[in-house]
Amino acid sequence: MPFFATLLVGILIAWLVVNFVQGPAYFTTIAFIGLTNGAVYALVALGYTLVYGILELINFAHGDVFMLGGMFSATMIVSVFGLKPHGSIGTLVVAIVGSLLVAMAACGVLNATIERIAYRPLRGAPRLAPLITAIGMSFILENIAIAWKGPGYTAVPSVLPTSAVFSFSGITYTWEKLIVVLITVPVLLLLVWLVQKTRQGKAMRATAQDRDAAAMMGIDVNRTISFTFLLAGGLAGAGGLVYALYFGQIRYDTGFQLGLIAFTAAVFGGIGNLPGAVLGALVIGFIQAFNEGLTWHSPGSDWTESIVFSILILVLVFRPEGLLGERTPEGT
Amino acid sequence: MLRRANAEISALWWRLLGLGGLDRARWQRLPRLTRRATKTFAWVAIGLLLVGFLGVWKWSALPMAAVVLLLVIPRYDRVTVGGRRVGRFIIPLAVLAIAVTYPIWASSNGTVNPGLPQLPIFGTFPQMSTMVGMAVFVMMALGLNFVVGYAGLLDLGYVAFYAMGSYTAGWFASSQFAHQNLFIGAIGVTPGLTGFHFSIWLVLLMAGIATAIIGVLIGLPTLRLRGDYLAIVTLGFGEIMPQIARNGDNLFGTGFNLTNGTGGITPIDPPGFGNWLHHHVGLPANYLTLGTNSDRAFFWTALILVLLTVFVSSRLRDSRLGRAWIAIREDEVAASAMGIPLMRTKTWAYATGAFFGGVAGAYYAAYNSGAFPDQFFFNISVFILCMVILGGMGNIWGVIFGACFLEYLDLEGLNNVGAWLNGHFGPGGSDFSLWHKTLDVPLYEFGIYGVIIVVVMLFRPQGLIPSSRRAAEFEEGVHDQPLYDVEAV
Repeated sequence: MPFFATLLVGILIAWLVVNFVQGPAYFTTIAFIGLTNGAVYALVALGYTLVYGILELINFAHGDVFMLGGMFSATMIVSVFGLKPHGSIGTLVVAIVGSLLVAMAACGVLNATIERIAYRPLRGAPRLAPLITAIGMSFILENIAIAWKGPGYTAVPSVLPTSAVFSFSGITYTWEKLIVVLITVPVLLLLVWLVQKTRQGKAMRATAQDRDAAAMMGIDVNRTISFTFLLAGGLAGAGGLVYALYFGQIRYDTGFQLGLIAFTAAVFGGIGNLPGAVLGALVIGFIQAFNEGLTWHSPGSDWTESIVFSILILVLVFRPEGLLGERTPEGT
Repeated sequence: MLRRANAEISALWWRLLGLGGLDRARWQRLPRLTRRATKTFAWVAIGLLLVGFLGVWKWSALPMAAVVLLLVIPRYDRVTVGGRRVGRFIIPLAVLAIAVTYPIWASSNGTVNPGLPQLPIFGTFPQMSTMVGMAVFVMMALGLNFVVGYAGLLDLGYVAFYAMGSYTAGWFASSQFAHQNLFIGAIGVTPGLTGFHFSIWLVLLMAGIATAIIGVLIGLPTLRLRGDYLAIVTLGFGEIMPQIARNGDNLFGTGFNLTNGTGGITPIDPPGFGNWLHHHVGLPANYLTLGTNSDRAFFWTALILVLLTVFVSSRLRDSRLGRAWIAIREDEVAASAMGIPLMRTKTWAYATGAFFGGVAGAYYAAYNSGAFPDQFFFNISVFILCMVILGGMGNIWGVIFGACFLEYLDLEGLNNVGAWLNGHFGPGGSDFSLWHKTLDVPLYEFGIYGVIIVVVMLFRPQGLIPSSRRAAEFEEGVHDQPLYDVEAV
């Protein structure tokens, strides 16, 4: 099996090198798209990994919380702040920060409520019961979105400036892509600070390691789990805002598809592992962008989902602990 | 919470009856048969009143009520003939008889018999085409029940097996591969057609076997994984297969047309028995030439397939293999310690489930005369899973009920419910207007299924008609109880 894996990675690298040699500038432009995709995926993937780390539950509804976050943001941008394309920088910054806070708060509360209503009563039930409930929740959230925004795409005007940040021998990096990264990075730093430095973060890590022992040390486990869901929901809300701003349209099933991709990213990096989720998201983002953008022997966007899921299956079968995860007795 | 509410309602009920002079002690002293009869009469009377006031009354409702009373009141399971307990077959046979005769008493000239009453909210009885769909989905749900209900493996990609079955029918009973030319007992093929044209009965078998092989191929590498990982991997396969179907008209840029892309493979040859059997035994030569009665033939054939599935389900459940599945579901480690080969047993569950999914898919493709990629979405996997969960995992009756009810809702029930709601409460409704825009109920179909899944998992995880063993599992919980108090809401 190691031979097979090495061969696969070898072919992948050879394909990338040939594409790079054929057009370095074009290749770099595509890579920037991949970086931006990866930033969006990272925000969603972290939510999966946080919840899995603490509850060992694949929160199927997470992608749909992200989608509702996008819809909250779309509403804020269009109806509350009334942003138009080519607006002034000042209103843009205020509107983005305002929408970000609202979307994060709304999604966080939504996610924590879902946990309280649908997952907590099933804490002692067989493992698959909460997973099935999560699938049900996911469908409910999608239909809330249909009832709210209708079954078609909700368009968000392209308010981000598309002028170049720098342009250098055919490579252009545009502002919209930079803004995505500029929103994502502070949110990620905030998360790292919360988990590593605060008392609540310490409680989270303790609960993830051993729930019973944490309870005996006086940690309120239920509150910690609620907080984790709040945090995951907040990240999904931020992801929703970034998605709505960057891709400009969102629909009730956006969250399902993107959620699966983000989940793949979380598994790829090692589920339960925060840096792993970011790394996995970036890798998946690059893979998607290269697959859809490169010209020399790339399968094209028709096959993106198949490729992502093939990666998911291969990782789960051959290295279930992911890139950065540790091998656990249960993980195999 | 639910249990407390139940107790409150029951106490209130007895207080009301006590006011009428029938207190609990007196009721308990009555003979059991009398109590059963009284209760059933009360429920049937409520049903008839509802039909009368909210539905459309027809006198044929009375014989129907009589049949229900006759089926429910006597305790058939006590009946013995010569010391053998034949009584337990009476109700299944009666239900089967009702199903078999359904096309005769409930449909006339391809529509619903106008002499039948209309139910409140749900409207008319199901049409024949809906009945065919229900029978096909009963097969699929029973197939998934092997995996989810018996072996306890969550499969979120069952639609892959459905797709595989449908496309096998498409490959071997249509003109998809125009360069080949092979006819084996096909019906209704005009001379000059190219492609593979096999007899549909052969195709059903081939579809089942091909799908079972796919099931084994998917299962072998992945069944080592723990429950939720397995669910995700099956979901992945369930997403990949339809994408291959959608993009398979030019595989790897070679121009090889495997699935005809988004257009799907159509037409697929109809089922039938050919002229020789038609003249000598009287079986229909070609289902499509039967006109308005063709749905009857399709329904009866589907019913035979369902019977076969039910037979295999019930026999396998009590076999060595079935007991091994249940042991794995309840405790994998203990089962393995008792010498059950985990991988082989799980793979068998997968293959058996896949087989019936494939047969059902192929049959439905023959009925629809086509295999179209937009039939195979993740939604369908969850839809079939919802059938199994609603009815009761592991219980054949429960799964049949769940599949019939949900597929009926899908095909016509939700439309009827929506029409009723809009007619009564919508804009210009006959009772009073609660909302001002016509409510599109079928649009929220999967939201309704989501609510069903969540409510069932929270309040009745064993399903509506549970198997006693599965109910005990959910009651006790399979895993270690956590040390700290989990407040159950």
